[in-house]
Amino acid sequence: MTDKTKLYFTEEHEWVELINDDYVRVGISDYAVEQLGDIVFVELPELSTELEAEDEFATVESVKSTSEIYSPVKGTVSKVNSDLEDEPEKLNEAPFGEGWLIEIQSSEPVDVSGLMDASAYDEYVSGL
Amino acid sequence: MTAVYNDLLFEISRPGRKGYSLPESSVEKTALTDVLPEHLIREEAAELPELSELQVMRHYTGLSNKNFGIETGFYPLGSCTMKYNPKVNEDIARYSGFAQIHPFQPAKTAQGALELMYRLEENLKEVTGMDAISLQPAAGAQGEWAGLLIFKAYHEANGEGEQRRKILVPDSAHGTNPASAVVAGYDVVEIKSNEQGRVGIDALKAAVGPDTAGLMLTNPNTLGLFEVDIVEIAEIVHEAGGLLYYDGANANAILGKSTPGEMGFDVVHLNLHKSFSTPHGGGGPGSGPIGVKDYLKAFMPSPRIEKEGDTYRVTTDHPQSIGRVKGYFGNFGVNVRAYAYIRSMGAEGLQQVSEDAVLHANYLKARLEPYYDTPYSSHCKHEFVLSGVRQKKLGVRTLDIAKRLLDYGFYAPTVYFPLIVEECLMIEPTETEAKEQLDAFADAMIEIAEDAEKNPDTVTGAPFTKAVKRLDEVTAARKPVVTYQRS
Amino acid sequence: MTNQHRYLPTTDQDRKEMLETIGVSSIKDLFSDIPESTRATKDKAIDLEDALSEQALTRYMKELAAKNTTTESHAYFLGAGVYDHYSPSIVNHVLLRSEFMTAYTPYQPEASQGELQALFEFQTMMCELTGMDVANSSLYDGFTSLGEACNLATSATKKQNVLYSKALHPQAKEVIHTYAYGMEYSVKEVGLNGTRTDMDELKSAIDEDTAAVIIQYPNFFGTIEDLKEIKSLLEDTKGILIVMANPLALALLEAPGKLGADIVVGDTQPFGIPMSFGGPHCGYFAVKKKYMRKVPSRIVGQTTDKDGKRGFVMTLQTREQHIRREKATSNMSSNQALLALGTSVFLAAVGKVGLQEMAQQNLNHAHYVKKELADKGLTVLSDNDFFNEFVVKLDRPFNEVTDQLLDHHIVGGFDVSEALNEEHAMLLCVTEKRTKEEMDQLVSLLAGEGK
Repeated sequence: MTDKTKLYFTEEHEWVELINDDYVRVGISDYAVEQLGDIVFVELPELSTELEAEDEFATVESVKSTSEIYSPVKGTVSKVNSDLEDEPEKLNEAPFGEGWLIEIQSSEPVDVSGLMDASAYDEYVSGL
Repeated sequence: MTAVYNDLLFEISRPGRKGYSLPESSVEKTALTDVLPEHLIREEAAELPELSELQVMRHYTGLSNKNFGIETGFYPLGSCTMKYNPKVNEDIARYSGFAQIHPFQPAKTAQGALELMYRLEENLKEVTGMDAISLQPAAGAQGEWAGLLIFKAYHEANGEGEQRRKILVPDSAHGTNPASAVVAGYDVVEIKSNEQGRVGIDALKAAVGPDTAGLMLTNPNTLGLFEVDIVEIAEIVHEAGGLLYYDGANANAILGKSTPGEMGFDVVHLNLHKSFSTPHGGGGPGSGPIGVKDYLKAFMPSPRIEKEGDTYRVTTDHPQSIGRVKGYFGNFGVNVRAYAYIRSMGAEGLQQVSEDAVLHANYLKARLEPYYDTPYSSHCKHEFVLSGVRQKKLGVRTLDIAKRLLDYGFYAPTVYFPLIVEECLMIEPTETEAKEQLDAFADAMIEIAEDAEKNPDTVTGAPFTKAVKRLDEVTAARKPVVTYQRS
Repeated sequence: MTNQHRYLPTTDQDRKEMLETIGVSSIKDLFSDIPESTRATKDKAIDLEDALSEQALTRYMKELAAKNTTTESHAYFLGAGVYDHYSPSIVNHVLLRSEFMTAYTPYQPEASQGELQALFEFQTMMCELTGMDVANSSLYDGFTSLGEACNLATSATKKQNVLYSKALHPQAKEVIHTYAYGMEYSVKEVGLNGTRTDMDELKSAIDEDTAAVIIQYPNFFGTIEDLKEIKSLLEDTKGILIVMANPLALALLEAPGKLGADIVVGDTQPFGIPMSFGGPHCGYFAVKKKYMRKVPSRIVGQTTDKDGKRGFVMTLQTREQHIRREKATSNMSSNQALLALGTSVFLAAVGKVGLQEMAQQNLNHAHYVKKELADKGLTVLSDNDFFNEFVVKLDRPFNEVTDQLLDHHIVGGFDVSEALNEEHAMLLCVTEKRTKEEMDQLVSLLAGEGK
């Protein structure tokens, strides 16, 4: 399980884990998952898809709603969590762990200065 | 408790049984191998069941006992107009002169069918205040789509096809409205409702412009409220160069009282399976004729029915038409039923329909107002919305209330729609329910509201009396099983 | 006589009591929100004929119905997409059960298990027949199913060109042109070789922009196209194969799913649904698993209730317009559930063996008539690989023949002269319902005997 305190967050409830300077793992937060309820399907992008920051890259579905997920960074999709195809419940069980969505290779070091750290995010969420 | 029938066709099948008798046939057999290459001959027979005739009847009777129709009980499903479906119309639709005729048989051998369609069109012109009707669309959503394609063709003919790419849709609209706009190739702009639950004039003015293709409106809207500013709304849209589309899902509220034509709409659809009493069939078939004003006639779907002297013809030469949206003449059999209904009611009858539908809705609303939140206080038309927010605070959700109503022998209202009302219950009683029935429903709703406070478990655990208890929709969507799995 | 209508239970006394509870003095108060300028008035009232009693209604409707020629008096050799077939009596009896007929879409599954299960069985049987993995619970008709398939194909492949064979039903062509006008992609026709799709032309028409190829099976002229060969032309492209199939023929023909079809659509009208002047019929829509989440309209899935008992629900609902709204790829809301039920009753009664027997009778009858016509010297434009329809070249003008047949209580075939660029070409259909006497009479009349 990834340590939440090492992650960076967007206001749209995506999280970013810096694996390398220019390589990140992306998922959605425990708060987002709770709002969505039981997740029944996750549609992920194809490998090598080029993403701009704020591009839509995935769709997460519950029984009666669907939510688009936006990329927090610019780069190329280099890995997708294909386990979610058969076991979308992993996103409910471990949003910061086995429920990660994709990994992105950036051409330059990823700038996280615009994102919130875990405590700032918790504070942001408590104000919603 | 009696045992509930629970078998699938495939589980009661046994090789060798049959429930049919094919016609006698005395011509020689043609061997498939003589006329087809081997790879196009079926290798394995389709695994269909093998049952005797009584087994089939018992199976479906068993299933029907687990289903709820209008004749089972009160069906207050909002925006669906679950009124009585007259039995005689079923007899009529089954006359061989309507049911056993082919769409391609020569027109001179189908004059009765063409005459019926022509007369129904004339009647619907009166009811809608429009200048021409096409009976081709199979249902409301298809009518919407056809109507929006007419918008598109009209703007293109005026050289504004490229420019007018946006359809305005209020946030209270049926989901089909934005979806129909998309499959007609349009972008959707959502208009926020004002605090009275209606289209805000300011929001509309801010949204219209040279890129507006048109506005889609349900009137009365899905909150059951009449758009009181409709004349001004029409002016604003028309001045901006756009057209107005009338979603007729709620037309049961205005029959004989007003017409979309008078209100300024350019294209309308009617749901004959709602306002005009044809059965919903568990989801269809419906019929969604569209009506247009004169200046849009040229763009209507082809073919059309025309009358020359005493003869009815099918015409196909309409170069500006959007084309065909469905096979043959639309859902003719449904249209036969709707025509029989109109002829049974007459103009006065239809007006009484709307008056009673509106009266019933307001009566139920008045009875329930003390027990549930009513987000909009003004009088409603044929339906109204309640909010279950008060009950939610007690741990009882609108979904629970809906399920509990099933135990009382009612169907549930439409729930969680329109989206702009939290914990929404949308109730449409229709004109064909007697006052005693409305009272029984109100009593049940009041008892449920009381139980939400005192015995919430009786509500949250419901239903207790149906063939099944609450079903696991999450697993159904996560691990879909959509065909019978042979073991 | 009072004014009380038989469908309206509310009496003047009821109205009075209800108005009191509402707190208004008259019904007019409930309509005061309609702007005056748009209100109906005495001078501006809707004008309809007076209401009819039940007896007057049925008398009048019978008069209208009697103006039409029907299968009760005439032998139909007309098919072309709508067929006069045997239907067991029980189909109608089940459809008349009001628990099915008068229900709405099953929004509350606990009170709709009967219909949900019946639709689940329908989906299963459509998958069995077509050889596909997933079927929905029906669409408006075969042609709109085909239009939806085109929308699916262009959206799934992100390609903009749909190719269809000239041997596709002419109205199916019109409908997909309308769909393409909406979603703004292009559709293009591939020509004929005799009564079948021209393989060379198809081969050269397929390119990297091809979203889909549409083939009717058997095709509009009755000829059975080689789906396997057509599929091979799509290898190495992203284009998908859409097959529009007559489901009765599938009792004898190899399932399209086994021959490479990605989407199979069509109409179940041959399965117990009255011709009804062309509608309502019942479209079916089946796909390979890959496209499951892109299927339009309702799909029923199996699940369990909280006691672990088997039950059925509408599932994968996020595909649908009421959730996805402006992000939806289809606006389909209602389907043809009642006719899907009728289809299921038909298939349950006729069953595995019966459907093959019925299809075989169609094959026998059509081939018998073809052989007899050929023996009498008429030119048959179809090769021998047809199911229950084929094309014959008449030796006289089409309408003259049609009128002569009508005089003998026969409804003749469909005019395909223009489509095939042949003079006096008639598409004949011979179903299991046609007797040997009817067939022999048709042959003799077409051959110019007994004028």
